[in-house]
Amino acid sequence: MNFWDYVSSRQDQLVSDTFQHASAVFQCMVVAVVLGVGIGALTYRSDRAGRIATLATGTVLTIPSYALLGLLIPVLGLGVPPTVTALVLYALLPIVRNSVVGLRGVDPALVDAARGIGMTGAARLLRVELPIAWPTILTGIRVSTQMSMGILAIAAYASGPGLGNEIFSGIAGLGSANALNEVVAGTVGIVLLAFVFDAALVLLGRLTVSAGIRA
Amino acid sequence: MPDASSSPSAVGSAPAPLVTNTAPITGATIELENLTKRYPGNANPSVDSVSMEIGAGETVILVGPSGCGKSTTLRMINRLIEPSSGRIRINGEDVTDIDPVKLRRRIGYAIQSSGLFPHLTVAENIAQVPKMIGWGRQRIKDRVEEMLDLVGLDPREFHDRYPRRLSGGQQQRVGVARALAADPPVLLMDEPFGAVDPITRDHLQDELIRLQHELHKTIVFVTHDFDEAIKLGDRIAVLREQSHIAQFDTPEAILTNPADDFVSGFVGAGAALKRLNLTRVRDVGVADFPAVDVDEPLQNLLDRFRTGGANEILLLDRRSRPYKWLRRGDLSRARGSLARAGALVSHTVSVDATLRDALEAVLTDNGGRVAVTGRRGEYVGVVDMETLLNSVHELLEADRLTALEHREELAGIQESQQHQRAVLEGDPDATGGGAPGGGASGGGAPVGGAGGERPYSSAPGGDPPDPHGTTGWRP
Repeated sequence: MNFWDYVSSRQDQLVSDTFQHASAVFQCMVVAVVLGVGIGALTYRSDRAGRIATLATGTVLTIPSYALLGLLIPVLGLGVPPTVTALVLYALLPIVRNSVVGLRGVDPALVDAARGIGMTGAARLLRVELPIAWPTILTGIRVSTQMSMGILAIAAYASGPGLGNEIFSGIAGLGSANALNEVVAGTVGIVLLAFVFDAALVLLGRLTVSAGIRA
Repeated sequence: MPDASSSPSAVGSAPAPLVTNTAPITGATIELENLTKRYPGNANPSVDSVSMEIGAGETVILVGPSGCGKSTTLRMINRLIEPSSGRIRINGEDVTDIDPVKLRRRIGYAIQSSGLFPHLTVAENIAQVPKMIGWGRQRIKDRVEEMLDLVGLDPREFHDRYPRRLSGGQQQRVGVARALAADPPVLLMDEPFGAVDPITRDHLQDELIRLQHELHKTIVFVTHDFDEAIKLGDRIAVLREQSHIAQFDTPEAILTNPADDFVSGFVGAGAALKRLNLTRVRDVGVADFPAVDVDEPLQNLLDRFRTGGANEILLLDRRSRPYKWLRRGDLSRARGSLARAGALVSHTVSVDATLRDALEAVLTDNGGRVAVTGRRGEYVGVVDMETLLNSVHELLEADRLTALEHREELAGIQESQQHQRAVLEGDPDATGGGAPGGGASGGGAPVGGAGGERPYSSAPGGDPPDPHGTTGWRP
């Protein structure tokens, strides 16, 4: 059975895995963006807090994903909970770091002007600093999304959803008839999804970054 | 010399500091009382007990070397920097402890780099404060148009532009428009024109003067450029380190009577030329000049030359702005084509420009005259070398008389003081011995003698009645 025959014969399963993969990454990213930008916004004004936030999220990233899942399974069980937790934790660092850097990078004269015309701290953050830092934050989100795509494949180890299951079952049955096809199908699916998500984020940038600061 | 003695009252009899014509004053008074800023870890306060009273509608310039605390002083007025001690009162209301956000919404604020939000359009930038204080949508929209118009930017062209597509000067104008959008009575400006090129700066200064003529805000303006201070200020506070006030007085008084060496050092050389900065074109005679609309039939033009006896005619464009100088004979040389005849008007000065600007323009113009334009660029008249020379003559003559008068008064006071002291101390040598040496300027014997330092002065010489003391070249 060649690759194309394999794909058409397992179409339903592949579509469902792809959809689950996309859906899991999307939902985890939404959580990670809310958390990450929130942490960034809470910590960027303090030198110390900002450092602690980037350090903590950076430490998570140094833990191998396989190991982290292994640590999470005894606590959270199998399936979706450890997958989502791991994915969100890994996705945080680029978002937190870019949020802190982006928010701190806002020209001090603008902050001065915002205070000087009578903006409250919240208004300054929402109407001036976040919009100006947004392109930087969005770059962090793109990096996180790409990473999550790959890491979710590993999550099949914890019986997580997605295309990782194709790859895992292929590796487990290496030597059998469809083993290679399974691995290739899973990998190609993830690469394609990554392209689609990145394109979507670029489009999001076009739509949400003000024309006044677009590069 | 009837000419000279009558000229001061003719040029400006207004008491100098407070305003100028009859338009209503929308500004508020500002009182600073012993305002002090200490930073932790610094033995000396950055700003040490500044006290100052600023009248409604007055433009006060804080000028001094860098690091003297002038900016800190300014930023304490809207409490961007919280004072360590002292009080701030605006229109009599103590605002030292009210909510700073509410305070700042009532005070316009413009800074050096314009501080425009790059992700918002010009209109959105200007709308910020009105939005925050809850104006309705339509009112904001109208106000934005009005403000753009006020600062001389065409609303249709600039409304939706982003700040990065504006020149430095245009950004600064929008910055001022934003500061004034909610019609605050007080405007704080922190070296607003410091980052633009000299030519644009000059234009912006003229604009600000024009604006202030219409609006009568209370403006506190920080600069390190003394010439800018002279040009813009009703009064100037010369600050030394820790914001100690070396002299707080009208530009004229500071030029003729610098309080001490520090101030005269700051005034610098060329006080006579600087004096030209204190008189505006509108205050000297603007000569009439034959001017013709560009749409008028050619025949009328020719008639003006033939029967009117004019040697030169100024052609105005459709919005009655100066367009071309047309000499007798130009038309025939161009074979009757108005498009080719004459020389385009290259220089104009506004009625708000200083005599120095006008002199500059006249000197560079090869015809030795320059067209004067009004608020919206429309033609008003012409200034030439002769007009300028006459008015400068009058100015300097009056200046000389005032300085003489001042010196006599001062000498009188000093003499009587020394007499008193001599009588009191029984020291006969004191008489005539003590006058400290000349000083830099003509009338510049240090005032008041003792102590040198005058923490908060009004007119030089304090008490003595001097009708011409704060002399009015001012409009």
